[in-house]
Amino acid sequence: MTSSSDIRQTFFQECEELLEMLDDGLTEITDTPGDAVDPETVNSVFRAVHSIKGGAAAFGLDALVKFAHQFETALDEMRSGRLSATDAVMKILLRSADHLSALVVVARDNTEINTSVGADLLEKLAQISGSSVAAQSSAVAGGPAEEPDFGFQPLALAFDFGPAAESTFTIVFSATKRLFANGNDPVHLFRALAELGSLSVKVDTDALPRLDDLDCADSYFTWLLILRTSDSEEAIREVFEFVDGACSLEITREEGAEDITTKPSEPQIVDVGRAPEVVDTAATPQPDSAGARQDSPPSPPPSRSRGGAGSDKPTKAAAGFQGTVRVDLELVDRLINIVGELVINQAVLSQCVQDAGLSKSPDVISGLDEFKNLAREIQENVMAIRAQSVKPLFQRMARILREASDISGKVVRFETEGEATEVDKTVIERLVDPLTHIIRNSVDHGLELAEVRRAAGKPETGRVKLSAAHRSGRVLIEVSDDGGGINRPKVRQIAIDKGLIPPESALSDNEIDKLLFLPGFSTAREVTDLSGRGVGMDVVRSSIHNLGGRVNIASVPGQGTTLSISLPLTLAVLDGMVVDVAGQTMVIPITAIIETLRPSAKDIHQVASNGQVVAVRDTFVPIVDLAEVFGHRKRSDDYTSMVLLLVESGQNERWALAVDRIHDQRQVVIKGLEGNYGHVPGVAAATILGDGKIALIIDPEEAALRVRAESVSPSMMRLEEL
Amino acid sequence: MSIVILAIDDSRTIREMLREALLNAGFEVHVAVDGVDGLEQLSKVSPQVVITDINMPRLDGFGVIEAIRSGPVFSAVPILVLTTESAPDLKERARNSGATGWIVKPFDDVKLVSAIRRVSSH
Repeated sequence: MTSSSDIRQTFFQECEELLEMLDDGLTEITDTPGDAVDPETVNSVFRAVHSIKGGAAAFGLDALVKFAHQFETALDEMRSGRLSATDAVMKILLRSADHLSALVVVARDNTEINTSVGADLLEKLAQISGSSVAAQSSAVAGGPAEEPDFGFQPLALAFDFGPAAESTFTIVFSATKRLFANGNDPVHLFRALAELGSLSVKVDTDALPRLDDLDCADSYFTWLLILRTSDSEEAIREVFEFVDGACSLEITREEGAEDITTKPSEPQIVDVGRAPEVVDTAATPQPDSAGARQDSPPSPPPSRSRGGAGSDKPTKAAAGFQGTVRVDLELVDRLINIVGELVINQAVLSQCVQDAGLSKSPDVISGLDEFKNLAREIQENVMAIRAQSVKPLFQRMARILREASDISGKVVRFETEGEATEVDKTVIERLVDPLTHIIRNSVDHGLELAEVRRAAGKPETGRVKLSAAHRSGRVLIEVSDDGGGINRPKVRQIAIDKGLIPPESALSDNEIDKLLFLPGFSTAREVTDLSGRGVGMDVVRSSIHNLGGRVNIASVPGQGTTLSISLPLTLAVLDGMVVDVAGQTMVIPITAIIETLRPSAKDIHQVASNGQVVAVRDTFVPIVDLAEVFGHRKRSDDYTSMVLLLVESGQNERWALAVDRIHDQRQVVIKGLEGNYGHVPGVAAATILGDGKIALIIDPEEAALRVRAESVSPSMMRLEEL
Repeated sequence: MSIVILAIDDSRTIREMLREALLNAGFEVHVAVDGVDGLEQLSKVSPQVVITDINMPRLDGFGVIEAIRSGPVFSAVPILVLTTESAPDLKERARNSGATGWIVKPFDDVKLVSAIRRVSSH
């Protein structure tokens, strides 16, 4: 069996696609009422499981094969109309799809499965498959007994080449019309027999009719074959395996009879090994021998095709493949890095041109502009290689949700929106854990139990919606539920009990909601199966932060909670505003900046504590001096000579970051600091500028919080320090 | 001249396995992704042996066999069915539909090649 690791990898990639197809199909069947289900949908679902089984068998993944087989049996029942897609059935099928997917992961990663749902599901699948598999189901439930009707073991080949005693077999063989119609040919069989030992063939042409009565598609010969071999009768029977039923066959073992040439009347003995062409004509009573040459040109297809085979073949070999290539992710990453260097290099060149005083030469400038555009285009396209739709992520979340609703006993409908939204693969991968936690939370804490919902006049089935959308260069992912919303008095009380906030602190609704993100905060009275796995919303928040994202939570009591995550599309580059802060060059992500201001003195006001605010139209926005935040100098007294960058946090809070001047606006390549320095508050990453210098990329929200913590009410300190 | 084989299977994994096994055995291999694709390639490739899966989108294996057997040019080409089941009734069904023989999945390279040799003149 072929088992090269490349093909194995192909198999698991294909499994992902098949599982996606399976999920899609099952979801569609679930959502389609009654008989309106497209049979092709059921077919494709069946095929998906069938293909996984086929591939899994090739790699000897027994657990996967076994489960897929039972799953497939149930789907086959549905395909043939004996099993209808009731809610109960679909639930089992969906859970089976989840389990199948888990088994694939286990097989791929060579790990152990850590749930016991498999046996239970096998039994349920057997049940819904009906009585025909009742026997199997008991075998399955009973242990690792093999199902009777699918023996994947290759047939034992009689390859015993020891000095076994030879014996002589007499084989009487005659073909039916069907044997030829199915593309079989006695001559191939005889040749295979000849490989087993020494063979003599005699043909009995007695049954051959007059030429007029001859049907040239039929066979009128009976062959008498005498084979002397050390192989068993099974080996001989195996040669005839394919024609069994399309011929008459008698095999007898002759004890003493050695003389094979003395028997029947017409001694037309043909040595198969030496003169195959004679046998060819004898075996296939086709045009020439039948005398029917006048109306059909004798061009046997095989020889003709062999003649024309060579020339156009290589190009055809590629046909049938989709126009994609599979590339090692590492190669793409390397390419992204190189493109990053190219972008930096382009910045270096621009700098050099300027320094050399060439910036007035139109040729140089237009050439440089073109270079800049090309570099940017290459970069965007390279990024696009890594972009993937969030659909597999969403399907995975659907699984998590089903698992969560099963454990919690709540009935939940899962809705998705924007599945086709594309995001960098690395971003998607790192979203799995936070989203898993959020989804579990929505089911466990967000949604109420059915009776509570009924009492509140809501449908008993809860709803959790997951959506993704591109929003001005970022991706916005939202998880919303129609549950009871955040119980603010309770949240507040818990925060006070845990000593997270002083009892007297006055918090806005939004601030109370944000308490959920505090480390160590948990509203669950007791640790349930679902949540309480040692992961809190604080971990969710920090992992989103690490992706350069923001989490926001909004809740309407009695109506539900929405968690929104805003993320960059990629982790490799960002559009930045390059600024000067006390002689240091820093970069601020453009996406964070709402507008830039050059304030006049009358717009700036001193507030009671030691802060200053700037009036922006009808609101006041606190000023945060970046030079002070990073300890370069004391807070400036005169902001009129500086530039204020108005930034907004995920929670719609605004600050005005004060910088000395704006340098430039450009795309920068992000170089992570965390690997070397850990997380530095207020600093998201670093980049290399055109002159080779390193500039810090600022996280505006964190930077603001670094100083704001001192200037706002102490009650909020912990919250602000996040 | 090596034997030209057209292998039809909707699973990429199986296609790659077939291709590798058949190439190693010195055959010339063409692959098709489903029944319709297989029939389209038939006249271009002029195979001496066709290997086909049963469960496929657009046109299944039985449809492929039927179309080949009823067509004018390739009606006599040996067709091997790739099947995951080895039960006798499935073999019977394959035979009734006009298949020359079958290969049980997962296939063993040696058996695959011997099955091909058994139905072709090489």
